[in-house]
Amino acid sequence: MRHFIGIDIGSTCTKTVVLDEEKNLVKTWLLPTGWSSIDTAEAVKKELDAANFNIEKCPVVATGYGRIAVPYADKTITEITCHAKGAMYLQNSDNLLVIDIGGQDTKIICVENGLVKDFVMNDKCSAGTGRFLEVMANSMAMRPNDLCALAEFGGGVHISSMCTVFAESEVVSLVGRGEKKENIAFAVVDSIVKKVASQVSRIETEKMCTCLTGGLCDCDYMKKALGNELHCEISSQPNARFAGAIGAALMAMNIKGKGEER
Amino acid sequence: MSNYVEMWKNLNMDLETHDALCQVLPTAFGDVYLSQENRPEGMGFWDFVVSEIHGIRPSELIEAQKNGQKVFGTFCVYVPDEVVIAANGIVTGLCGGSQFWVPGGEKVLPKGTCPLIKASVGARLDRTCPFFRIADMYVGETTCDGKKKAWEILGQDVPMHIMDLPQMKRDKDILKWADEIKEFAAVVEKVTGNEITVEALNEAIHTINEKRRALARVYEARKAAKLPISGKDALLMMQIAFFDDPKRCAQMCNNLADELEKRIADGVSVFKEGTKRILVSGTPMAIPNWKLHHIIETSGGAVVCEEMCTGTRYFEHEVAEDLPTLEAQYMALAQRYMKNNCACFTPNSGRIDDILRLCKEYNVDGVIDVNLKFCSTYDIEGYTVEKALKEAGIPVLGIETDYTDADAEQLRTRVEAFIEMLG
Repeated sequence: MRHFIGIDIGSTCTKTVVLDEEKNLVKTWLLPTGWSSIDTAEAVKKELDAANFNIEKCPVVATGYGRIAVPYADKTITEITCHAKGAMYLQNSDNLLVIDIGGQDTKIICVENGLVKDFVMNDKCSAGTGRFLEVMANSMAMRPNDLCALAEFGGGVHISSMCTVFAESEVVSLVGRGEKKENIAFAVVDSIVKKVASQVSRIETEKMCTCLTGGLCDCDYMKKALGNELHCEISSQPNARFAGAIGAALMAMNIKGKGEER
Repeated sequence: MSNYVEMWKNLNMDLETHDALCQVLPTAFGDVYLSQENRPEGMGFWDFVVSEIHGIRPSELIEAQKNGQKVFGTFCVYVPDEVVIAANGIVTGLCGGSQFWVPGGEKVLPKGTCPLIKASVGARLDRTCPFFRIADMYVGETTCDGKKKAWEILGQDVPMHIMDLPQMKRDKDILKWADEIKEFAAVVEKVTGNEITVEALNEAIHTINEKRRALARVYEARKAAKLPISGKDALLMMQIAFFDDPKRCAQMCNNLADELEKRIADGVSVFKEGTKRILVSGTPMAIPNWKLHHIIETSGGAVVCEEMCTGTRYFEHEVAEDLPTLEAQYMALAQRYMKNNCACFTPNSGRIDDILRLCKEYNVDGVIDVNLKFCSTYDIEGYTVEKALKEAGIPVLGIETDYTDADAEQLRTRVEAFIEMLG
């Protein structure tokens, strides 16, 4: 049985998956990326070795911002293409609007008939990304997912700024004036949702199934708030944080020669 | 670079700071240009010019000044070179294309000004570019708010003439531009001390038309299925065309075109088969801004055409030759220059037509529409450009960037993803 490896080195988390010939998801790993993508790639290699997946024999595709740091990858493909492929696999659909809220960037990808038709990414600014949520959660001494969950019980407060640095000082002021934690949490999530919605509005698309991938995929309130803002249901799958890595492993299936029976 | 220290001293340049610039340029040029394979031999001329960029042409200009000629520095493809040349003057481009000059510009300009303006002002005020020291007069124009206000600051340091460019294209606007050209001619006559005659202007019109034809020939070669030249090399030729003597420029471009035409006949290509053909549209790329071309051409794409001031806007359309009166000549100049489609005009549907036409002519797979940060006219027009291209079924990627390398990797991800999307 041949196996195909996809590695998605994101700014925060490194996702690795192994698919078999029938495209079954055989194994997944989640590792913190840390400060060195090269060390992370080495750690991934060890995990693969320990689980008896030989990178000499299995085709490997790397994606994510650290994709060039994987010396043993047979190919690198951008996270846009990989997330699209992975989302199609998870949603079992060829027509999708994929929203990926990643560590340092947020991508909106329009997939039509199985092909990427258009995409937008945030600029240098980290507003509307996982990093934004992380910074805000830190300044409130909370974990990002807990902040998301708490947001559901708040309301009435808004962060006006779209810049992470300025927004953080706004949050600090809110904390200072004794605003309720859930209201501040609401403001943070609301800010992300509005930023993502404005990116979605840049893509002209027919109404299509919208799904969330990336680290916030199991945060129910994020899906709900996004759905309210975009007037649609946001679908997500349990393994959606692995979408990029799954896409990479699917692309590895196109690599000829390596690991084939001779 | 050969020893031009004496010349730079005489130009009252800041030698210490200028040295820092001279040190980084060869490395950047080596990484971006000399790493390319199978370049046309004709590019040797431009490689040489770059290696002596602050020496060889400036020393020619200074020699010419010693012989009584005057040098006019310009910032825009709407300013008619013909008028200056007819009065035996010399034109040199002055647009700054390096981050090196930006902090100097930010000493006097708001940070939210486009990098081209900041770099140009910085190059003058920090005394780190010989061309900005040599020019006897700067010729500005009213293409955008940033430039209009920057002229007021530069004007405190150097003689300036400002041409008032209309921003609509009605008949009366073309008449108005003809009138501005006539007024400019009077200023040029005064500065040079030479009268502009019908004969001299005819000859100058012919010279610049010849230069346009030569540049167009090189672009024509980029329409071939097998590309005989990289986009980066074509861009370099274009950038230096703004600084060079127009007759030599035409000759060198024609030599290059000869070689490229032979390459096409022989089926020689500098890209492997299947490389995606990209049209780059938008704001100008002044030398040494090679950033986006380099990213595209190291991500599986080939730039086949630039719909830019440093591109088709510089050479498309010719001026009618052999007209009998100055009035008729000024009008012919106005008509030609007003055919340029800059985002400062409203409406500017001609630019959309140009982009769609160029996509067909150059058999383009996708368009990357780029605008320099804080250039609001091109930024806003980006919406219309993208909409028209999508309607025509041509994939398009909008990019905003500046002269820094800080966003290079983010841009690379976008460009790579775009090229993957082209299939």
